[in-house]
Amino acid sequence: MEQSTTIIGQTNPLAIMFFFVFVISTLVITYWAAKRTRTTKEFYAAGRSITGFQNGLALAGDYMSAASFLGIAGLVSTKGFDGLIYSVGWLVGWPIIMFLISEPLRNLGKYTFADVVAYRLSQRPIRAAAATGSLITVLFYLIAQMVGAGTLIKLMFNLPYEVAIVLVGALMIAYVLFGGMIATTWVQIIKAVLLLGGATLLVLMTLAQFGFSYGELFGQAEKLYSAKFLEPGGLITDPVDAFSLGLALMFGTAGLPHILMRFYTVPDAREARKSVFYATGFIGYFYILTVTIGFGAAVLVGQKVIMGIDKGGNMAAPLLAEALGGNLFLGFLAAVAFATILAVVSGLTLAGASALSHDLYVGVIRRGESNEKEEVRVAKIATIGLGVAAILLGILFKGQNVAFMVGLAFAIACSANFPALLLSIVWKKFTTKGAVTSIYTGLFLAVGLIVLSPTVWVDIFHKEQKATVEKQVKAIEDGSKARIADLEKMKAAGQDAAQMDAAIASEKAMADSQLKEAKSQMPKAPFKLKNPAIFSMGAAFLVGILFSLMGREKRAEEMYEEEKLRTYVGIGAE
Amino acid sequence: MSKRSVHDMLEDPDFKSLSSQKNSISLVLTILELVLYFGFIALIAFNKPFLASKLSGGTATTVGIPIAVGTIIFSWIFTGIYIWWANNKYDVLVKKVKEKIGG
Repeated sequence: MEQSTTIIGQTNPLAIMFFFVFVISTLVITYWAAKRTRTTKEFYAAGRSITGFQNGLALAGDYMSAASFLGIAGLVSTKGFDGLIYSVGWLVGWPIIMFLISEPLRNLGKYTFADVVAYRLSQRPIRAAAATGSLITVLFYLIAQMVGAGTLIKLMFNLPYEVAIVLVGALMIAYVLFGGMIATTWVQIIKAVLLLGGATLLVLMTLAQFGFSYGELFGQAEKLYSAKFLEPGGLITDPVDAFSLGLALMFGTAGLPHILMRFYTVPDAREARKSVFYATGFIGYFYILTVTIGFGAAVLVGQKVIMGIDKGGNMAAPLLAEALGGNLFLGFLAAVAFATILAVVSGLTLAGASALSHDLYVGVIRRGESNEKEEVRVAKIATIGLGVAAILLGILFKGQNVAFMVGLAFAIACSANFPALLLSIVWKKFTTKGAVTSIYTGLFLAVGLIVLSPTVWVDIFHKEQKATVEKQVKAIEDGSKARIADLEKMKAAGQDAAQMDAAIASEKAMADSQLKEAKSQMPKAPFKLKNPAIFSMGAAFLVGILFSLMGREKRAEEMYEEEKLRTYVGIGAE
Repeated sequence: MSKRSVHDMLEDPDFKSLSSQKNSISLVLTILELVLYFGFIALIAFNKPFLASKLSGGTATTVGIPIAVGTIIFSWIFTGIYIWWANNKYDVLVKKVKEKIGG
């Protein structure tokens, strides 16, 4: 069933038509929202008018990035079971948000998670630190999305990379600038519905090919790619690294500023809670779909075709759509993927803008003394600034591997943001010093250790050296293989067997020692793990607790009672 | 609200029962979720052959696949348990406490 022709990479009028329908309808919504976006409450929090169900969809729309849709389907199609590990990891942070964070966050804060951390501590240092953590998380996530968008759109619409980046940047600025949180929310809701609907359709069409039997699907996958395809393989070799990745995915979700910000768009804690329940359901359902799509693509399209178009497998889902539903379905899915990117970058931009205006400008520079009109104006300037920065960084990072940036965003979110947020909610003796040192420790360790890890140190800084060594290794292996094959031939042709066997053995030994020598030249990362979370998050908790125990903050402890009442009962929550 | 009344409220048996119930539910479910997910990770790290074994004789489907999908489904069920408890028990208690302070 392998098909070799695809129109991916060519201009696709149907995709462009679907895309225009999406853009025009979202711009109409933005126009409508613009009339209702004057106060800070409207700009940052959609006037707290979103229902739990709507917010659940919007949360899902904010979270299900193109990286997770195309990336996980691609990973499953090329690596089989190992791809599932990511789809599970991307979901398990949501229950944690539900049990520990969603209600206190909604009851204590106004617009950003810094509101909660700063609730009973000294405003300025906390806001400066929390805003820094937010901004850096948002920026790395944003760059990864922009670079992904450019590459994707180039493949799907045959537009030049730079044009694609400018288009994405301009649209995201328009949504946020004019429509604020209301427009952003609706872009995310529409995108979530399209994505869930499109993926469901794709799964139904896939399963129809296998008589709606998963056993049949897996059976054919096994026949094509051996039983190994359905087993855990080489993705997780070091248990500590695996544990560390798990921590980053799980607690990183609970520290992502653009996700936390969505809890202020609902009227109360009850709706916040419902949001997480719906979001977890939608996202879980979606990740189960991507697994089916991945296996389906591997069987129906074939790894050769998938990896021929994109080595990382990112085109697996669109290729499957094309194979099953032709140009029309491919066009639809391409437009959905584009919509996905727009929804995620808009949410990120809004979170970045609120950190800059609400936390840095009003909280730090103006010491809390600013009026609403001024704050909204600063937020809008920040939106334009972030949008332009995203476009420039997107162009600057063209062609870079962006996977590590997503990893870094999660590592920073779980190390810098999450510990301070959690401790400020649950621990009476938490102090300003503890919070500030915890945030900066998490931030610097996460960034520093990733730079020293194999992902950046070897794959980026010592790229050429690594490539040279790999080339040498390959040359040695090929040469030795060829010489052994010659010797085998001579042996088969009747030459002295014992002598030939000895020659083969000595050839093997020589190749081994040469390989060892060559491999010793391989650049080594100073930090062995790919995922620093276990150290950076651990240290952030430890430092936060130690510095808090070193001194007492009387005012913070007194205010804890009021905070506690508000956390549980919601009295005084806006 | 004077500071005294806040302190009194926190000492109120109704509030105490509300906060301790909420804490234990949150804690128990968080631990369950951690065990669920890191149990899955631990299986991958330490017991690959188990995950690679077949569900039954005639099928290609490995044990690992329903376990992975099950982890996702259980995570959702846990949030369902929480929201069921919160809607039916917690909110009733919150209402009672709020009425007491007239808030």
